[in-house]
Amino acid sequence: MAGLGPHWGFIVAAYLVTAVVVLGLIVWIRADLAAQRRILKDLEARGLRRRSDAAKASAPAEAAMPAEAE
Amino acid sequence: MALIDYANPTRFLGLVEKLLPWLGALAALLIAVGLGLVFGIAPDDYQQGATVKIMFIHVPAAWLSMFGYSIMAASSLGTLIWRHPLADVSAKAAAPVGAAFTFVCLVTGSLWGKPMWGTWWEWDARLTSVLVLFIMYLGLIALWQTLEDPIKAGRAAAVLTLVGIVNIPIIKFSVDWWNTLHQPASVFRLGGPTIHPSMLWPLLVTALGFTVLFVTLHLMAMRNEILRRRIRTLRMLQASAVAG
Repeated sequence: MAGLGPHWGFIVAAYLVTAVVVLGLIVWIRADLAAQRRILKDLEARGLRRRSDAAKASAPAEAAMPAEAE
Repeated sequence: MALIDYANPTRFLGLVEKLLPWLGALAALLIAVGLGLVFGIAPDDYQQGATVKIMFIHVPAAWLSMFGYSIMAASSLGTLIWRHPLADVSAKAAAPVGAAFTFVCLVTGSLWGKPMWGTWWEWDARLTSVLVLFIMYLGLIALWQTLEDPIKAGRAAAVLTLVGIVNIPIIKFSVDWWNTLHQPASVFRLGGPTIHPSMLWPLLVTALGFTVLFVTLHLMAMRNEILRRRIRTLRMLQASAVAG
């Protein structure tokens, strides 16, 4: 390959391996994120909430009740 | 808001969502500029010729292999001393990213060694200690996969990580302590860098780009781990509701 001398194959291989590993890592982490979000959405769709999220969700409803009573 | 407030996983996730696009763009920009300098400005070495271009990915990968393990060791202190869940998450998330960069370091080193040293591998102190680091990364990843309870796994991994930190100074100073085939330090050394600025600056820019990429990937992996633990909590709530 022009400009990279007689050992161009080693240089190209080094950069290719780096690109494949880094891109593979990015794809794997993003696929893992998509999988975790899908599972979490599925669990929440079945009505499951962490206690802290459930408390947050019920708080505005309780706060609105007196106003509704007026 | 104080910095300590971001130790709350929910607030941390909010911060990460805001930071990630900027960090990703910065990493891409720095790596692109760095590679532009490597292939456009940095000269060939008078002895190695163009093969020296492997240095611009091998050296940052080597630094990040140790950086990743140092993050894990600092996080392990957070796990054992303060028992903070985010410290645990940080240590676990850094392992695959650190292992990947250590793998890149080993492979690019081998690809650089064959044309320059005449061998793919030599059992000298620097190469062997980096191989040990890679095996330690794999061992820690396996440990986290083996123990189902993340708290127990985190504590066991934290102890093992702190024991393994002894390997980091061995890697760094192996070229000074023993007679090795690997060259001595030429950037971070007493007396300043021995590398010419025309090669040093492209190396530093590329290394900074890969470091920002490492931080970005680490934060992304931490976000995944926090979500994984939320799923585990919900499943346990579901199981206890069914049992109760």
